[in-house]
Amino acid sequence: MIKKTIALVGNPNCGKSTLFNTLTGSNQYVGNWPGVTVEKKLGKIKRSDHELTLVDLPGIYSLSTSTLEEVITREYAESGEVDLIVNVVDAANLERNLFLTLQLMEIGKPMIVVLNMIDVLKARGDVLNIQKLAQRLGVEVVEVVASKAEGIETLVETMEADHQPAKFIELYSPKILKLIKTIRESLKISVSPNLHAIRFIEEGMVAALDHGKDAVDLSALNQTVEEALKDNPLDRDMIISDEKYRFITEVSRDVLVRNASDKPTLSERIDAILTHRVLAFPIFLLIMWGVFSLAFGPIGAFAKTYFEAFISSVIGVIASFLSAIGVSDWVYALVVDGILGGVGSVLGFLPEITILFIVLSILEDTGYMARAAFIMDRILRKFGLSGKSFIPMIIGFGCTVPALMATRTLENERDRRLTMIIVPFMSCSARFPIYAVFAAALFKEHQAVAVYSMYLLGIAVAILSGIILKRYVTKGITSNFILELPEYHWPTLRNLTLHTWDKIKGFIIKAGTILVLASIVIYVMSTYTFALQPAVDAADSIIGSIGTFIAPVFSPLGFGDWRSSIALIVGFVAKEAVVSTLGVLHGVGNAASAGISELAAPIQNAYTPLSGLAFMTFSLLYMPCIAAFATLKREMNSWKWTLIAIGYQTGVAYVVALVVYQVGTHLGF
Amino acid sequence: MTLKDLLPGQRGVIESLGKQSTLRKRIIDMGLTIGTEIKVIKRAPLGDPIEIKVRGYQLSLRQHEAHEIHVQVLSD
Repeated sequence: MIKKTIALVGNPNCGKSTLFNTLTGSNQYVGNWPGVTVEKKLGKIKRSDHELTLVDLPGIYSLSTSTLEEVITREYAESGEVDLIVNVVDAANLERNLFLTLQLMEIGKPMIVVLNMIDVLKARGDVLNIQKLAQRLGVEVVEVVASKAEGIETLVETMEADHQPAKFIELYSPKILKLIKTIRESLKISVSPNLHAIRFIEEGMVAALDHGKDAVDLSALNQTVEEALKDNPLDRDMIISDEKYRFITEVSRDVLVRNASDKPTLSERIDAILTHRVLAFPIFLLIMWGVFSLAFGPIGAFAKTYFEAFISSVIGVIASFLSAIGVSDWVYALVVDGILGGVGSVLGFLPEITILFIVLSILEDTGYMARAAFIMDRILRKFGLSGKSFIPMIIGFGCTVPALMATRTLENERDRRLTMIIVPFMSCSARFPIYAVFAAALFKEHQAVAVYSMYLLGIAVAILSGIILKRYVTKGITSNFILELPEYHWPTLRNLTLHTWDKIKGFIIKAGTILVLASIVIYVMSTYTFALQPAVDAADSIIGSIGTFIAPVFSPLGFGDWRSSIALIVGFVAKEAVVSTLGVLHGVGNAASAGISELAAPIQNAYTPLSGLAFMTFSLLYMPCIAAFATLKREMNSWKWTLIAIGYQTGVAYVVALVVYQVGTHLGF
Repeated sequence: MTLKDLLPGQRGVIESLGKQSTLRKRIIDMGLTIGTEIKVIKRAPLGDPIEIKVRGYQLSLRQHEAHEIHVQVLSD
């Protein structure tokens, strides 16, 4: 058995993830990079005599700037762990993609180039001479169409074969080549000497200090470089890239014949409409409306009705099974009232949440998100945000955790921080059950309005927060907006399924573990007093006492009921737990036919429409769940800012819910 | 003349990149080197950012970033 570790590297939007999914299918798992907690995606291909481990690295444009993702890629690709670098290149965007290719070759490891999206290139009428490209680069080149799984067999065979380390292409001017040689000899770095010599020309000391070299010796070397490049019209950071691109331009003329016609491509024609001066915003609003009405409108509701009936019958079967085998009343109550009542009340929302994730995945895969960022940038800038903040905000409607990670595209640290503070205000799918349950119980005629108003409130609070916080968080900085607008693509079914399944799996696992556990704990704590006697009234139970102690805090907001306090606290574990906890505490599930509708009566007793609205408002805005909290801490890399963020969120939640309730009361609602 | 002054549909060749330009290195590495041809495709509906075509792909950047990119206009 031959084992190989392969690093998959490429530009953003080159179809790398699609290729990774096509190659490894469901045989994937996620790990973390040592030291930093950027997600590390691994996948395996097992065949009779080979086992290939593929590592999907973050999409990057270059190895020579120093964002976290570029550093991770560079360090990993150089490391001894990697046997082969597979560089995915978007054939339809050859020149820019080859820039990274040349940098990767300078690492000096065995490497192959995978030309993806050959179909797009052909459809455009361009002709690419692949043999010639391979010859010019001196590495093997394989063509694939990852989205249609074409060329995969050949690719796998090529990956299994042995390859020589990539040769250093002497594409630079004699002066630079001489400098590279000098630096290489004085630095004596054993791994990727050419790459590091070149980095030294570009960045000077920074590059070499990474390797623990002595700064004193280096200043002389640095001086040599300065001296040699003195008469050069270009700056040090420009000269290497400039020469690389000269070479690329020349190679590209040699291997690629571009279709001379100036006829706009399909992608350009679509773009002309979607970012049209007049139509762009109406279309954008229509798309957003489409996302929500698909998930939470008639289709979602239809799917939900059947799914709930299914869950109720499953619970019914379990309940009758338990009575049939004659379990004790205590066990019966724990399982049926505690676990099934709690978890069942959340699981019912699975169809709607699934649809939401599918639609969001489509938006991400097609390339529309970049256009939304493009048209919204001007507006968002007024609120201290950037067009790039917009992509995480949309993803936030699904789940806050990936949304926080998506903020990495914001280059400026303070821009990014502000976006991370406001992203949790975008109502994630886990919060939807809260609005749905409350709206159904309290706003019968206007359920949809009540639910949608929560989403709009979240957006409004996010934007107002931008205005308030930009004075403190992003004051005085110039932010950037350098964003590639990729070709539009049809989302592939495989990507869509894998992506959605990933999210749904998370939801189901959460329901099966955290919510079950929370439900059991809540149930047990609500049936016993502190003296470990069975509680006659749940309000005297352990959890009842805790809730009663905290409740006065929430009284001014209209929901001073002890159950509300407990539900909100448990909601920190997972926002779905707000509903499941209310389900347990209100003893839903008694009739062995648990369902969402059963929460309606207790909610009508415990809340007025106004206090219910205040509760929904607070649930929307207060600190995100523990997973989001951990992500926030990790991505902000600062306890201070993490605590500021969740403190701010919870403070805002309290104030807004207070205003809703107090103003509403004075207006006579 | 800078990239900011080009009208949609106009082409230009990059002459130099301003030193103050933040993310200058990123811009260079994305293929906006001296002598590269750029075409302005459009402005966003609200006038900013702009969309350009460079080396066969579309890139968007803000007016103030475009202002740092000096170009020579090409006439058709």
